[in-house]
Amino acid sequence: MTDILNALALLGNFVIVPGLTYGSQLALGALGVTMIYAVLRFSNFAHGETMSFGAMITILVTWWLQGKGVSLAPLPTALLALPIGIIGTVLMCLLFDRFVYRYYRRQRAAPVTYLILSVGILFILSGLVRFVIGPQDRIFADGERFIMKARAFKEMTGLDQGLAIKTTQGVTVVTAVIVVALIFWFLNRTRTGKSMRAYSDNEDLALLSGISPAKVVSITWIITGALAAVAGTLYGLDKGYKPFTYLGLVLPIFAAAIVGGVGNPLGAISGGFVISFSELLLTFAYKRVIAYLTPGDWVPEGLVQLLATDYKLAVSFVILVIVLLVKPTGLFSGKTL
Amino acid sequence: MSLNLRNILLFAVMGALLIAVGVIQSANVALAILNLCLISAIMTLGVNIQWGYAGLFNAGVMGFAALGGLAAVVVSFPPVPDAWSAGGPRAILGVASGAFAIGLAILTWRKVPGSRQTRGWAAAAVAIAGIILMRFIIDPAVEAIEAVEPAKTGFLGGLGLPIVFSWITGGAFAALAAWGIGKISLGLRSDYLAIATLGISEIIIYFLKNEEWMARGVKNVNGLPRPVPYEIDLQQTVWVQELAATFGFSLVELSSIIVKLSYAGLFIVVLVIVFWLSEKALKSPWGRMMRAIRDNEVAASAMGKDVTWRHLQVFVLGSAVIGLAGAMLTTLDGIFTPASYQPLRFTFLIWVMVIVGGSGNNLGSILGGFVIWFFWIEAEPIGLALIEFLTSGMAVDSALRSHLIENAAHTRLATMGVVLLLVLRFSPRGLIPERSK
Repeated sequence: MTDILNALALLGNFVIVPGLTYGSQLALGALGVTMIYAVLRFSNFAHGETMSFGAMITILVTWWLQGKGVSLAPLPTALLALPIGIIGTVLMCLLFDRFVYRYYRRQRAAPVTYLILSVGILFILSGLVRFVIGPQDRIFADGERFIMKARAFKEMTGLDQGLAIKTTQGVTVVTAVIVVALIFWFLNRTRTGKSMRAYSDNEDLALLSGISPAKVVSITWIITGALAAVAGTLYGLDKGYKPFTYLGLVLPIFAAAIVGGVGNPLGAISGGFVISFSELLLTFAYKRVIAYLTPGDWVPEGLVQLLATDYKLAVSFVILVIVLLVKPTGLFSGKTL
Repeated sequence: MSLNLRNILLFAVMGALLIAVGVIQSANVALAILNLCLISAIMTLGVNIQWGYAGLFNAGVMGFAALGGLAAVVVSFPPVPDAWSAGGPRAILGVASGAFAIGLAILTWRKVPGSRQTRGWAAAAVAIAGIILMRFIIDPAVEAIEAVEPAKTGFLGGLGLPIVFSWITGGAFAALAAWGIGKISLGLRSDYLAIATLGISEIIIYFLKNEEWMARGVKNVNGLPRPVPYEIDLQQTVWVQELAATFGFSLVELSSIIVKLSYAGLFIVVLVIVFWLSEKALKSPWGRMMRAIRDNEVAASAMGKDVTWRHLQVFVLGSAVIGLAGAMLTTLDGIFTPASYQPLRFTFLIWVMVIVGGSGNNLGSILGGFVIWFFWIEAEPIGLALIEFLTSGMAVDSALRSHLIENAAHTRLATMGVVLLLVLRFSPRGLIPERSK
């Protein structure tokens, strides 16, 4: 019995807790991508940099707060700074929409034009972020480091395996749950949310029934900006902020959105978790788990790892390819909000 | 034709800019920029074949260029006999078994009778069994190869052929990868190709970084053989010494100029050939058909054109050109560093070149490659000078000033973005627009 519990603790420590955290971050990112897709009908390549921008503002405000001696201990101070990060990112998104995208919307440009525009914005944002905060790594998590330390868990349960939960991991999951709940409440219960869904479902019909497209577009950018700022900050809190990693996040985020069905919020969230858990399950070394689960002292020779850890990124790509081959519309048959 | 005069003028300005750099900075700097301009121009031609001719968005330029770089190593580096005897044949057998398994899986999917679901599961089972078999064969071989003098070699080496052959091999590698990815993602919605190519390019880089037995991964392969003479040999040649004496150059500088000029000569030959072929293709019935498909897919398919197949064709061709340019780049560097491939520099910058030059126009692509590469390099000194000028009123030890100067180099990223957006807004057809018939 203890063997099984030990195996579970091991899995929990190395797969379930990190998987939930990373999955939440991906889900929030994919939700942003999917919203843009559903309403504005293009794949926003700049989304990773938007997340980076949001995290940067949050970090700057966090430093300022720390300088003033403000703290939210035991929680990270960044949570206090996050609202400003959200406002900054939303403003940035609205500015780019006003000065870049709006012109093309009026011309009814092809979706691929927007994609190229988003590449331009990707350049601007990545230059801006590196110019303001520099390309170095930044660790800005403060407060208590752990919710539960491995040793405390061992003492509590008497097991050999520890289960550690970092504060940033807890904060990530809780924040993600709150944000997702808010988004769904907004989309399903409020008048504006319903008008957004109507617009995404059938643009012409929505226009006929008096929905203002300008308003829908602005709301979409506000939500996307907010989601990006939250996702970027949470990712930075959890893994340390490095400007260049955010471009690399675009691939798993798109994979998550497509796996779930682009344009479908529920799909984006489940896609995020599908990607994160597949990455971890396929690159986890099962050696010790098998040792616990098999009777006697037998220990497998190799690491019993399906895929080298270096190929984490390849997992999201392979899943993407499988989805494209088998069911290009994704798990939840996308393109409606 | 007045348009022609305009083009000549544009290229003349570009040439004058390069000469100005030669005078102000040094001839070596100007030639270094020129060589990379030439390579960028070829890469841009490749992307233009995909985007300008057919409207396909390839976000994986970096991956195809890296495959070209791998080809340079595989073709030109002398073989490492110890590594070959340690595990060469076994590694090749492993790769072959992997390829065989994939082929068998595809065959299962196509030929085995039954519903979609059963065929799918059968194909997946074959593929997974094949991967396990491949790992079983290849893993010991990889370990043995990487153990051979890891500090110096630790990989199989190449074929030891002249590096120029790798330019064609690089094209072939990239074409093969493009065929695979095109098969999967063409025929679906247009942005799926963009996302799938973005993915494959990241995977290729990961693969090159981690598979040390192939090209040493992050340990890099340096000292690739050159298609042109070495500076050291030139410095001992009589005519070079005489030339240096006559013109008052230092010997070191002159030898380096000669090397760069020989590279430039080679690259110009390739550029002219690729350009000529692209123009031929564009003006042929095939090119007209591609443009017809680009401008109205529905109409073209109603006329009986197999749109997906034509897209696959053009995608493979364009990627082959990118692979060729990638191999040339590694040849010029003389070193293969997988970690140096960054999407901003290798994918999105090439896109800026295509758009700024003029999508659909080959001459425009060449100009775009030149102009953007030139400013990509020169934006750094210009930006730095500008910021130093703007902040000259501040105190010398001001923290803000030193921060701005320190990070000035990053402004070039933002500059490229602004240039791209401005061109798209005010001159969406680029510097040299596509000729409309």
